Amino acid sequence: MSTRVVEARSLDLTFSTNDGPVHALKNVDLTVDAGDFVSFIGPSGCGKTTFLRCVAALEQPTGGTLTVNGMSPDEARRARAYGYVFQAAGLYPWRTIGGNIRLPLEIMGFPEAERKRRVAETLELVDLEGFEHKYPWQLSGGMQQRASIARALSFDADLLLMDEPFGALDEIVRDRLNEELLSLWDRTGKTMLFVTHSIPEAVYLSTRIVVMSPRPGRITDIIESPLPRHRPLDIRDSPEFIKIAHRVREGLRAGMEAA
Amino acid sequence: MTDNTAPISGQGAGVGRSARAALRVRALGQTALPVLTVVVALLGLWYLACIPMNAAQSVLTASRAGIEVMPESPRDRRGMSGAALALANPGPAVAGAFAQDRPRLPAPHQVAIELWNSTATVSPTSNRSLVYHAWVTMSATLTGFVIGTSLGILLAVGIVHSRVMDMSVMPWAIVSQTVPIIAIAPMIIVVLYSVGVEGILPKAVISAYLSFFPVVVGMVKGLRAPDAMQLDQLRTYAASRAQTFFKLRLPSSTPYLFASLKIGIAASLVGAIVGELPTGAVAGLGARLLAGSYYGQTVQIWSALFGAAILAALAVGVIGVIERVALRRMGLR
Repeated sequence: MSTRVVEARSLDLTFSTNDGPVHALKNVDLTVDAGDFVSFIGPSGCGKTTFLRCVAALEQPTGGTLTVNGMSPDEARRARAYGYVFQAAGLYPWRTIGGNIRLPLEIMGFPEAERKRRVAETLELVDLEGFEHKYPWQLSGGMQQRASIARALSFDADLLLMDEPFGALDEIVRDRLNEELLSLWDRTGKTMLFVTHSIPEAVYLSTRIVVMSPRPGRITDIIESPLPRHRPLDIRDSPEFIKIAHRVREGLRAGMEAA
Repeated sequence: MTDNTAPISGQGAGVGRSARAALRVRALGQTALPVLTVVVALLGLWYLACIPMNAAQSVLTASRAGIEVMPESPRDRRGMSGAALALANPGPAVAGAFAQDRPRLPAPHQVAIELWNSTATVSPTSNRSLVYHAWVTMSATLTGFVIGTSLGILLAVGIVHSRVMDMSVMPWAIVSQTVPIIAIAPMIIVVLYSVGVEGILPKAVISAYLSFFPVVVGMVKGLRAPDAMQLDQLRTYAASRAQTFFKLRLPSSTPYLFASLKIGIAASLVGAIVGELPTGAVAGLGARLLAGSYYGQTVQIWSALFGAAILAALAVGVIGVIERVALRRMGLR
């Protein structure tokens, strides 16, 4: 029996705006076990990012319960239980790549020798050896996003929250990063929560795909992927892959029609 | 901090170092000509303006020397404008325009000669030396600048971290700058004198009064420059307020700080000069301006003005160099 990492029970989040309340999340039930790779897919406004932000304690749910590693999200945040990768790389321009990866380690008070070891280790993990002393502007967009993943990995949290990390990249770079992310997940055994709006990306990466729809933001389908853990890129041409992608598309369409 | 100028998009990007140097040289050649043209045009206008401005004296001197002038009687000349007088007596007006002892408007070369004589040919410790007066003013300027900048940074840090300070301090900071400094400077000096503060400090206080404001405004903007995502990211690391300040807010504000410092140092200099005016100070560029106007020494006034302008340009230039070095070391340029 694997351990529960995230557990949401009838989670609600309503933002009050000048135009009245906005139901960002309504009645969301979801459990994520250790080692899962869960993707959240849906049109904008479906609450996928909001759910991730709730897990990270960057938003406060207005109803229901949510636990992360058995703790409240805020306790988990303070226990540094997760790494968060944002849509933009958001590297500090005044720090080198190594310096950027070092940032969370400095904040969390790792000793110097440990910082050095971890920076070298994570740079290798995301295939950026030799770029430690370069500044962000000297790197391409894809490399910057890899550095931001390295930064989230550096303190070795077991849970990785990724909010459309490859959304701004072209398809060729995205394919390669998807492949690398999958192998990284395979090697480290981390739990991944991954927000995307690309169907192939969601199907290729995930052990479970959560399909969401807007107004109010809710889960319309949860698909368990039968694909094996090791996935070469050309698995995307296999009939199983196409079948899952089809079901995701159906789920998205049904959600849009109901809304 | 998304507006850092990546060299990728800069002029000469994508070319090698030597080619970039060549581009820079060519750019210099392209800019030097227009800049020189403007300088020459301004000097030309200045010389031209000297003719009517100084016409009354030129014509008077000419008539005393026995040269025939129009109109002959000094009483008739009194009501005429400088331009009319110069047009009526073009010869004497031009001949006498640029070499008077106490012209209404000294010619550029007169100011230049006075600048040279009062800096290079007298000992810098003599009170006839502009270097001496500039130093007196500059020491007050720098003291005031340091006080004002420190105060400005402290206020900005408070304003960014405390809503109460934001609402209570900022309006007063703005109000303080709407009061004419020339009105408040004598009061500051009198009040400080009555509590026993004299010498350089009262002037420095006026300098600080003028220079803290741009620093407050710039630093508040700079410390607030990090966007919501960057702040969220530090929350995910469970960073403390102090860590957020030193790792993110402070480095983000550096470019804003330098922009403010350039305005602040120029304002400091103005403050120090204004501080010298109402006190009958015996030393400093302000004292020099005042003495010049008492005795009708227009050449001295203008050279003191230019001295102040050169000083301000040097101070701003020094800050610019420090800025470039600091930002380059931070990897921002």
